[in-house]
Amino acid sequence: MRKLWIGIVILMLFNACKSNTKTALPILGYKTPVTKTVNGKTVTDTEYATIPPFKFVNQYADTITQKNLEGKIYVADFFFTTCPSICPVMHRNMLNVYKEFKDDDNFRIISHTIDPKYDTVPVLKRYADKLGISGNTWWLLHGEKGDTYKIGKSYLQSVSEKNPKGEYIHDGFFILIDKQKRIRGTYEGTDPAEVTKLIADIKTLKAEPDQIAAK
Amino acid sequence: MKIKVIGAIAILLIVIGASCQSDDQIEFKRYYSAGSLVYQQHCQNCHGDKGQGLSSLIPPLTDSTYLKNNKATLACFIKNGLKGKITVAGRSFDDQMQADDIAPLEIAKVLTYVANSFGNKMGTISLQQVQDDLKNCK
Repeated sequence: MRKLWIGIVILMLFNACKSNTKTALPILGYKTPVTKTVNGKTVTDTEYATIPPFKFVNQYADTITQKNLEGKIYVADFFFTTCPSICPVMHRNMLNVYKEFKDDDNFRIISHTIDPKYDTVPVLKRYADKLGISGNTWWLLHGEKGDTYKIGKSYLQSVSEKNPKGEYIHDGFFILIDKQKRIRGTYEGTDPAEVTKLIADIKTLKAEPDQIAAK
Repeated sequence: MKIKVIGAIAILLIVIGASCQSDDQIEFKRYYSAGSLVYQQHCQNCHGDKGQGLSSLIPPLTDSTYLKNNKATLACFIKNGLKGKITVAGRSFDDQMQADDIAPLEIAKVLTYVANSFGNKMGTISLQQVQDDLKNCK
């Protein structure tokens, strides 16, 4: 009888040590405390940075604004079609994300070109065709340079003018945005292991209660 | 006695043969391993770690027939870039590859790497051969 009790205690200790499996992603970006009055009481809440409204044109010459992404989880990146360095490897990896979620209408990928002068809508369409993407899962977005650079900042990305060697400087990150337009993860787009993690994180994010609830 | 002499000569020939071959092999290995580093720095972003290319944008490096047919101009492709339509692995490509002005020895090494990776088997592409090929670039 005593042995049985010892056994039970040991079993309980083992169970106590089990770590909780991760079920939610962190929320990234700048936080601002907001003081509100709720039911006559003053409460301080944290407001997270969100992606501001925007207006761009995709490879089908359709206008795309924040409204087109309502109720959708999406991944954003910055590129240009003639990029000789990191873009091919980024989009080779992004194709894996595309293939995984291309049948999910509540998911999108948006790639902003940072070279709108060369990457006109027909050039973007041709690039999409050659990359082998179709439908509306993955949009290649064209817009004014200033607008693209500005929105880049809200994705915590650094994009800028050509350097003296004539090369564009841009980060190679993939940024995961939730249905509330908050940043939930950044991933090195040139690293296949990070992109595998992105795919896993998208699945985790989709299962979060406030993502399922959001329309 | 006679058999012993013949045997000894035979062994000697084998040893000589083996050592000559291993000299070539050492050179091949030197080119190949240095070439893999050049590949990582100059080629891999576009052509991929397995030479797989990227959809219809960037051709793969796995088409041994294409490499064999263009063996004498591969060095020029690297040095001067490549423009215009080409057919690789049964698919057509017409985007531009940038010129990359690296030293002829580096071209020889990276070509040896590519020509003996990704299912290709063309042996060493020597510095001498690259220098000769570069003279005939269009």
